[in-house]
Amino acid sequence: MTEREIVLPGELIEEKKGRKVGSGTFFEGEKVFAKVLGIPRVDENEINVIPLSGVYIPNVGDKIVGVIETVEISGWMVDINSPYTGFLPLSEGVSGFVDSHKADLSRYYDIGDIVFCRISRVTKSKTTQVSMREIGYGRDEEFRKLFGGIVVKVTPSKIPRIIGKGGSMITLIKNKTKCDITAGQNGFVWIRGEDKAKAIEAILTIEKESHTIGLTEKIEKMLGE
Amino acid sequence: MKKSDIKLISNGKRIDGRDLDELRPIEMKVDVIDRANGSAKVRFGDTEAICSVFGPRVLFPKYLQESETGILRCRYNMAPFSVDDRKSPAPDRRSVELSKVIRLCLQPALFLEDFPKVTIDVYIEVLQADGSTRVTGINAASVALADAGVPMKDLVTSCSVGKIDGKLIVDLCGKEDNYGEADMAVAMMPNRKKITLLQMDGILTKEEIMELMDLAVKSCEKIYEKQKKVLKEKYKRVSE
Amino acid sequence: MIGNYALELIQKDKRIDERKFDDFRKIEIKQGIIKNAEGSAQVKLGNTEVMVGVKMNAGNPFSDTPDEGTLMVGAELTPLASPDFESGPPGEDAVELARVVDRGLRESKCIDLKKLCIEEGEKVWCVFVDIHIINHQGNLLDAAALGAIAALLDAKIPKIEKDEIKRGDYEGPLPVNFKPVNVTVCKVGDKFLIDPALEEEGIIDTKLSISARDDDKICSLQKQGSKELDVKDLEKMIDMAMKKSKEIRKMLK
Repeated sequence: MTEREIVLPGELIEEKKGRKVGSGTFFEGEKVFAKVLGIPRVDENEINVIPLSGVYIPNVGDKIVGVIETVEISGWMVDINSPYTGFLPLSEGVSGFVDSHKADLSRYYDIGDIVFCRISRVTKSKTTQVSMREIGYGRDEEFRKLFGGIVVKVTPSKIPRIIGKGGSMITLIKNKTKCDITAGQNGFVWIRGEDKAKAIEAILTIEKESHTIGLTEKIEKMLGE
Repeated sequence: MKKSDIKLISNGKRIDGRDLDELRPIEMKVDVIDRANGSAKVRFGDTEAICSVFGPRVLFPKYLQESETGILRCRYNMAPFSVDDRKSPAPDRRSVELSKVIRLCLQPALFLEDFPKVTIDVYIEVLQADGSTRVTGINAASVALADAGVPMKDLVTSCSVGKIDGKLIVDLCGKEDNYGEADMAVAMMPNRKKITLLQMDGILTKEEIMELMDLAVKSCEKIYEKQKKVLKEKYKRVSE
Repeated sequence: MIGNYALELIQKDKRIDERKFDDFRKIEIKQGIIKNAEGSAQVKLGNTEVMVGVKMNAGNPFSDTPDEGTLMVGAELTPLASPDFESGPPGEDAVELARVVDRGLRESKCIDLKKLCIEEGEKVWCVFVDIHIINHQGNLLDAAALGAIAALLDAKIPKIEKDEIKRGDYEGPLPVNFKPVNVTVCKVGDKFLIDPALEEEGIIDTKLSISARDDDKICSLQKQGSKELDVKDLEKMIDMAMKKSKEIRKMLK
């Protein structure tokens, strides 16, 4: 599967031929068109276009980094880097019984706290709910409050490149800068460590040049030693 | 200077030396405003317009929100120094009409139903005016929308056509607009071949209108190539 | 919702009020109804009602046309006409309506502005056409444009004595050379219809307003609506409008 030249919205990509019409595309009859400015990814099962820019629109299942915006009566509003705010209900944020009449919810998550969570529900009007509850068993996916550190905002569609194949790129950055890094699919990247600046520079470079060839070598060189 | 004194065509050439079906030199730049989600600057000869796109973003006041679809807001404005006689900064009736007309010209290209409750804001400023300002603004707006990663069915490409000294021409400059017999602005989705803006004032027969429409479609194809080029060039595949 | 009902009917080639697709509702034109205006008209398309008044003042010409009178068209979507109209300065719909009617009148050269010169470079007649929407039941633009030309046909130039305008005393009628008529052709799916009633306005995909004058020349085009138009549709819509404008013009005196 080769990477192709970028396409404009409205440009014809290919005929459907029984494949799934994936994200970043739309179809009319048998013809599949690009929906956004991006890079087509076509294989025998799916036709997608990976956008080169664009705001984050929540999808169920996305693992994201959020920032607590407000403390409500039965939960919290979370900034998920989207025009849509996420709501974290009490029951999805804290295990065990909490009497919401007596408890001050800011004990659990306060304004400004950074969390790693997942998008659990998105309604037709895009009202969004997030959850800290696990659904699988992977340790990597431990949803939790992220202490310390800062959040950097990048274009959401660049996150896969920042993470890299099997996590190779993000692991490279973590090792070379000795930082803790969690990249949310929503474009928020949490970084904690002494050498934050170096990690941030690498991440922003990947964001800017994600479409270029030879990026991995360039990042390796940048992180040096 | 009286209208009757101007001769717009001499020896088959227009006052700026162009052929009847020749566009002015076109320059386009993308991503010119850092804090916008997308932006573009377009020049047709001496007419220059710049456009910023913000969004999809939160829409206030809340009563404007539509639960099933996003909305598009558009502002077309001419800078006071863009014209000969300083234009007052207050929005005038022409800018109000053009803001509406441009909004309705971009809307068919968007998937607003993908973004309930939010807004996409398009701001067009004409920095220098020498005819065909709305057309220049629309070309900038659609490049800016694509640059912002806004989902679109197609770009929107726009051009002006008209009649001067009895002849049909493309891409009217200021004098041709003021002293000519008719001026028609057309915008279309180039791949789908559908019209999203059509305005004409002047005197034309039905046949002339159909001929001008043909000229407009051909010119839009040329302009679309420029829009394509500027967007694809931003993302060169080879690392520096 | 009634809009959807109108759509269902249209898809079956019928309309809510049982009109044909290229029929206007009943058109009523009354001229000379406002005593204090130099010219006036009331137009009804079915229940849509507009009043248009023409006032004339003596004023300065524009610097690039020192020997020509001026024409200004204003429109108000008066709040009493519809719960959707708000009071305040004209919004984008009122501005667009006024400007499209203006272009139809101006580009058709229905008034010879050169005949409105009182003293070259110093004083000319300024013609003000003000459109007031009284009852909104659809197709305001066509009603307004019809009212405007009807009011101009009714208008008379006041006498000027010793630099004073003597209102009520007239030099003669305002010379009107052409009668531009605006017809808006609407597209719903693959069907074309004319003079949308209010219930039909909400389901129209796209509209094209065409202003034609007596010699079949077209003076203005304005596409409206939020959906796209096929190049192929253009000729058909212009033909429909031109045919209709000829019929309506016969009603203008």
